[in-house]
Amino acid sequence: MPLTCVIDVGMIPGRYTYLPINSPLICGESMKVLVAVKRVVDYNVKVRAKADGSDVDLNNVKMAINPFCEIAVEEAVRLKEAGTATEVVAVSIGDKACQEQIRTALALGADRGIQVETEGGVEPLVVAKLLKGVIEKEQPQLVILGKQSIDGDNNQTGQMLGALTNMAQGTFASEVAIDGDKVNVTREVDGGLQTVSLNLPAIVTTDLRLNEPRYASLPNIMKAKKKPLDVHTPADLGVEVKAHLTTLKVEPPAERQAGSMVESVEQLADKLKDEAKVIS
Amino acid sequence: MSTLVLAEHDNATLKPATLNAVAAAQALGADVDILVAGEGCSPAAEAAASVAGVGKVLCADNAVYGHQLAENVSLLVADLGAGYDNVVAPATTSGKNIMPRVAALLDVGQISDIISVESADTFKRPIYAGNVIATVQSMDAKKVITVRTTAFDAVAAEGGSASVEAVDAVHDAGISSFVGEEMAVSDRPELTSASIVISGGRGMQNGENFAMLESVADKLGAAVGASRAAVDAGFVPNDMQVGQTGKIVAPDLYIAVGISGAIQHLAGMKDSKVIVAINKDEDAPIFQVADYGLVADLFNAVPELDASL
Repeated sequence: MPLTCVIDVGMIPGRYTYLPINSPLICGESMKVLVAVKRVVDYNVKVRAKADGSDVDLNNVKMAINPFCEIAVEEAVRLKEAGTATEVVAVSIGDKACQEQIRTALALGADRGIQVETEGGVEPLVVAKLLKGVIEKEQPQLVILGKQSIDGDNNQTGQMLGALTNMAQGTFASEVAIDGDKVNVTREVDGGLQTVSLNLPAIVTTDLRLNEPRYASLPNIMKAKKKPLDVHTPADLGVEVKAHLTTLKVEPPAERQAGSMVESVEQLADKLKDEAKVIS
Repeated sequence: MSTLVLAEHDNATLKPATLNAVAAAQALGADVDILVAGEGCSPAAEAAASVAGVGKVLCADNAVYGHQLAENVSLLVADLGAGYDNVVAPATTSGKNIMPRVAALLDVGQISDIISVESADTFKRPIYAGNVIATVQSMDAKKVITVRTTAFDAVAAEGGSASVEAVDAVHDAGISSFVGEEMAVSDRPELTSASIVISGGRGMQNGENFAMLESVADKLGAAVGASRAAVDAGFVPNDMQVGQTGKIVAPDLYIAVGISGAIQHLAGMKDSKVIVAINKDEDAPIFQVADYGLVADLFNAVPELDASL
């Protein structure tokens, strides 16, 4: 990220002096943040497999922005509010319905939206390739994504995007601190926290503790409807949509049989010692 | 056919998750090699060489791999993985961090968090927080796989006598560096490898009350976990979270205290051998998966349990 002072100076006709006419004047860093958001089943919905095992039953279920993506939007908006970021662009990949989630991101404070129009769901590697195409157009300094979506639970897209763009990644982030031309990311890892320093531009994927997303206010929801939203196709971005996996079947998980109720702690301790033999 | 397993280790020792990943790798039906990438990692490589049923151990010992930075390790794994049919790692935070980068570098999809191997190209994996199990078939010639460790019984850590080969390749992406870490210091076992886990939920009311569970844990040699509700409420840190988006555990004994049993929590612990639930709400869904249920106020029951041990 260049540390130059960008000042546009233009001559006003009729005056023999130079005045800055483009505002705002951005001295120091201008940082664009790209946030990826996904439309998924609302996290309160209990999803079931269809009886024929062909797919999950998504008829008439409530859809929402993926919770980890919502945290990503919040983080980007906070960076802008702190004066660190200058523009927040929200991108989603999917059919027209995903514009609803882009509007949600805009209502939360993103400045403009991009939809990459695809038919139905696409796999993480293809999503990463499409996002790479968006990055080439937009040239963001920071890309924030959710660590996983609560439908496919893959936990892949951010890392794949990192490999494709040769950017560093701070996955499972609980803290993001911009430090000049680097970003320090504190990560939730097995057994504790790890902090890494990444060269910008970089990729961050969010974990639960990064922040608590705000609610969109009604005026902001109204304003979001007027914010710009561009639509691209995979062909615009030079990406072929391809499948790497076939889902052969979906089924409910094995049911665990309920056991017995005990009446007292004493009875519980006895059963654990004598019957289950799991404590001594 | 050959499979490369990326080892989980701390340079000095091999982590148990590696043994579960090797089990999944062996189920693919091909020869299994292990890659130990780290700095000063020859003790871990030696340990990997004695794992049962391993062909050879590749040891990439260099400062650039010291903290398992995904940017560097993924370049190494993709480089070596080009010579294998399958590349497998445990679905730990380290495996999840590195492997999708490997898959993208190899231009293949990744099959995340598999719970069974149906055939060399077909796997089962949980989706929608474990509400649904999908059977998926890979159409890629090369498979990049992460393994849900609790779904595969560990292979024996001893009994093998594989050779250890040094790997000289140094891949330094030069775009990231390690700053520091704060590891939870505890005399208790790690959540994911503990044989007994006691977890608290929203019913614990605050973080201080987790001291009650810690006391029981210390008597049982157990680890202490929490539900997402308890983490979201700020009672305890996220690294204690058991659930689909937290840690997946399958101990011999799991004691759920003040946990209602949201599906995303059940997804993280339902493979435990024996489940105990203590909750004052007799309709709590946790009782539907519990082997032993006790309807009681946890503030009475837990101290009583503590005293009985």
